[in-house]
Amino acid sequence: MKLFRIRGGIHPEYRKEMTAGKAIEPLPMPALLHLPLQQHIGAPAVPVVAAGDRVRKGQLLARARGEISAPVHASTSGRIVDILPFAAPHPSGLAQPTILLEPDGLDEWTDLPPPLDPFSVPREEIARRVAECGVVGMGGGTFPSAVKLDLGRKFPIDVLVINGAECEPYLTCDDRLMRECTAEVVDGVRIMARALGVERIVIAIEKNKPEALAAMAAESAAFAEVEVVPLPTRYPMGSERHLVTALTGRETPARKLTADIGVVVHNIATARAVHHAVRLGRPLISRVVTVSGRAVREQKNLDVRLGTLVSQLIEHCGGLVEPPVHYLSGGPMMGQAMPGREVPVVKGTSGILALTAAEAHERDTMPCIRCGSCVTACPCGLVPVEMAQMIRHEKLDAAARIGLLDCLNCGSCAYVCPAHIPLVQYFNYGKGRLAALQRDRRKQEMTKRLAEQRAERVERLDRERKAKMAAAKKAAAEKQEGGA
Amino acid sequence: MLIAIGSLTLLGALLGAVLGVAARYLRVEGNPIEAEVEALLPGSQCGQCGFAGCKPAAAALVKGEAPPTLCPPGGRAVAMAIAEKLGVSVSFGDQEELEPEVAFVNEDLCIGCTRCLKECSTDAIVGAAKQIHTVIAEVCHACGKCAKVCPTDCIEMRAVPATLATWHWKKPRVKVAS
Amino acid sequence: MISTHDISGPYAHQKTSIRRTMALVMVALLPATLFDLWVFGWPAINLLVLTLAASVAAEAGCLSLAGKRLPLFLGDGSVVLTGWLLAMSLPPWAPWWIAVLGGVVAVVLGKHVFGGLGQNVFNPAMVGRVALLISFPLPMTMYVAPRPLFGAGSPGFVEGLSITFGGWDYDALSAASTLGHVKTELARGVALDQAMGGTDLMALVMGTVPGSMGETSAALLLLGGLFLIARRVISWHIPVSMLGALFALATLMHWVDPARFPGGFYHLVTGAAVLGAFFIATDLVTSPVTPPGQLVYGAGIGILTYVIRTWAGFPEGIAFAVLLMNAMTPLIDRWVRPRVYGRTLRGEPLQPRRKA
Repeated sequence: MKLFRIRGGIHPEYRKEMTAGKAIEPLPMPALLHLPLQQHIGAPAVPVVAAGDRVRKGQLLARARGEISAPVHASTSGRIVDILPFAAPHPSGLAQPTILLEPDGLDEWTDLPPPLDPFSVPREEIARRVAECGVVGMGGGTFPSAVKLDLGRKFPIDVLVINGAECEPYLTCDDRLMRECTAEVVDGVRIMARALGVERIVIAIEKNKPEALAAMAAESAAFAEVEVVPLPTRYPMGSERHLVTALTGRETPARKLTADIGVVVHNIATARAVHHAVRLGRPLISRVVTVSGRAVREQKNLDVRLGTLVSQLIEHCGGLVEPPVHYLSGGPMMGQAMPGREVPVVKGTSGILALTAAEAHERDTMPCIRCGSCVTACPCGLVPVEMAQMIRHEKLDAAARIGLLDCLNCGSCAYVCPAHIPLVQYFNYGKGRLAALQRDRRKQEMTKRLAEQRAERVERLDRERKAKMAAAKKAAAEKQEGGA
Repeated sequence: MLIAIGSLTLLGALLGAVLGVAARYLRVEGNPIEAEVEALLPGSQCGQCGFAGCKPAAAALVKGEAPPTLCPPGGRAVAMAIAEKLGVSVSFGDQEELEPEVAFVNEDLCIGCTRCLKECSTDAIVGAAKQIHTVIAEVCHACGKCAKVCPTDCIEMRAVPATLATWHWKKPRVKVAS
Repeated sequence: MISTHDISGPYAHQKTSIRRTMALVMVALLPATLFDLWVFGWPAINLLVLTLAASVAAEAGCLSLAGKRLPLFLGDGSVVLTGWLLAMSLPPWAPWWIAVLGGVVAVVLGKHVFGGLGQNVFNPAMVGRVALLISFPLPMTMYVAPRPLFGAGSPGFVEGLSITFGGWDYDALSAASTLGHVKTELARGVALDQAMGGTDLMALVMGTVPGSMGETSAALLLLGGLFLIARRVISWHIPVSMLGALFALATLMHWVDPARFPGGFYHLVTGAAVLGAFFIATDLVTSPVTPPGQLVYGAGIGILTYVIRTWAGFPEGIAFAVLLMNAMTPLIDRWVRPRVYGRTLRGEPLQPRRKA
């Protein structure tokens, strides 16, 4: 298949060899599970259990609230200890409401919804089941998958792209899934295509995963609609928009979705979760996590129950050989720093990395020498050096005019910068500030409106009171006159 | 020489006349920019800026007697809007911006006097006589007028806690090597 | 452990640094420099050493005045490169004060008055060269024919010192550079084929002709330039557009009147065209950051170089052309940008292209 050119990109050190050969192994049952109510993009789930309740594996713990949301299910059977704020796997270290579940060791399933035959039920039924099972984008985006499976109703979709690029360094969980659970993944992919009503499926895999490519090609050979495409190894090939451009030559317009150009992209692990949800009725309660980084004694791919603390994963991997400079959730390019080890694994945790200082290679920032490496590396055609300068001088609107909001945070610019300027952090700050300003402005508008309404009301009441007094006076005067 | 003097005098007189006529026919009542600046301010007349209300504050801003950052409830958004309108630069210095605040009623001390209710310019406090009052946080714009009138000092201004939805990365404290 | 809270991703970085970038440029310059030092002998070696010493001393002085960390900033290599490029652009037998003055002007006026590393608008080495050229035109155009080291006619170490430090007059040995010679002859009304009579284009390519160090040995400089492109220190845009514009314009004019205008190849191998294209115009700080901008900038330098060489008072125009285009860089960066993904060139979102 002919691929289309995308601009920019980098060739980072992939360091996947640490875990690429490690088969997925199950993590032993932890003593306590921490299940945050928000493990997805959208509104947090609403708990339907209370402290002291006994729950079984797969039972609904918190229901979705609104269109864009996802429910949370019990990762094992046990007792609800409490619902309280607990540190989120998020760089802020802020707490969020979390359900504490104490396993009883029985690991006993609840009554699951009946399996569906995806090719005989109505299409909407599949999306409904996927929503019910709490499946979200497992590449790290964590957007509720059911919403994306429903896009076929709003947009004319003709291609389903399955993103097996796994272009982030270190991560190999999708690679392992494609090799070990090939049939489940391919079945999930076909179910998703049926839900979307598309005839053409492209499974795109970077060439640095030859075993996965071979396994997936062999498994999907039986299905004419599925095409497995090797991608050149380049970061950020797995960026949704760039992947679609590389495969189809279509470019997603700014501030639109890939669905606007007829393509929906789903991740490998999501495909497997969809298979479980539809064929077995199983909700999303566990996921494969790559534990890597040179600070970890033995790097592994683990099948982890959602809600397990990161510290338990690291312990299972033999602990640390040296104190890491960063704990990351996800890959080193777009992953998030975590406030520590005592945070839970959630639906979007594709990797847990403990990086040594040598791996991260962080250096003091030097002055920019305008070398233009960042411009060459940017896959979006932005000029990072100029945006960072504007943000440094608080010219946020100017930065937005030259494309700050088109930046996808891939980090290619900061990766190549010889002056070690924290470009991405400038962009993060700029985007956050712009959003905060937007909120401020909305609040100001509301304040003004309320203040005006009140002023009007006060004035009106005043007028009415005066009118009433005048009327009373007049009446009294008339009465007096009448009496006289 | 005479021609030069004459023509220049004539030119001056003509232009002067034009200006005079223009001044008469194109006269603007009041200073329009003052009204525009006032429109940017919250309009709650809280007086935290030190002026009697938003109108005098706008007047002072236009005259350059007050910095664009004068309005605490307005925060950064208002400061930047004012600075843009007046074409002045705005500096927040190193101050970690004007932290957003919200009024909070200490329910143990509230006696239900309703004074704060009457004072609130955005109707952000609900309650009734002899009943404990409470603040609707989304509507409160932290002008602090309620705290001033409370007879039992039960209202305090608290920083709005950051949430996962509002948190964002700080500006890099660049250690540019020097 | 560094606190993770205040550092955002990415948490992986290329093992690159300003120092490494500068070092690669120096490696690329090395073959041509060694060859030139051999060709022009001891005085050239003295000149290079003096220029470097003066530049580094000036940099150290400025840095300590500004209160910056000396080891870090001297170690970034940028000042060594500035001094080196300046020395390459001087007549190899120039006296000591040319070297010192040039180095100081380049570093102080070319770089530090703007705020130091990364802040300068103009290429510091070219600021130094142009200041010298218009202040002291005579010593700046006194070239000698090559006299390879240890060969017949090459000054010895002591003689070299006396040339550099001014005790010894080498007027008798002086020769004009090819560009200067041809220009003078043309100005006298000599026909082109006669003026170029003695010009051996092959010797120009190899570098065994009179000229400044950087004006000779086009072949070795080209080699270094290709190395820089291969190592991705510079991109191909500036050299290609600059040499392309120069070649195209020269070829066009030669076609219009072969008797007055030398051809394209002559312009590429004479003067500092190759050095300028790969090492001077591509100076990172003072050139545009975007590839399309670099194309505009390079073409501008090529055209200006040709115009200055052909119609202006100086035989060589690279330095002036580079400085003029340096001044245009901020404007180019502002107006010539890459297309943003999902947007048109003008910044409007693309129209969704749907399949029915």
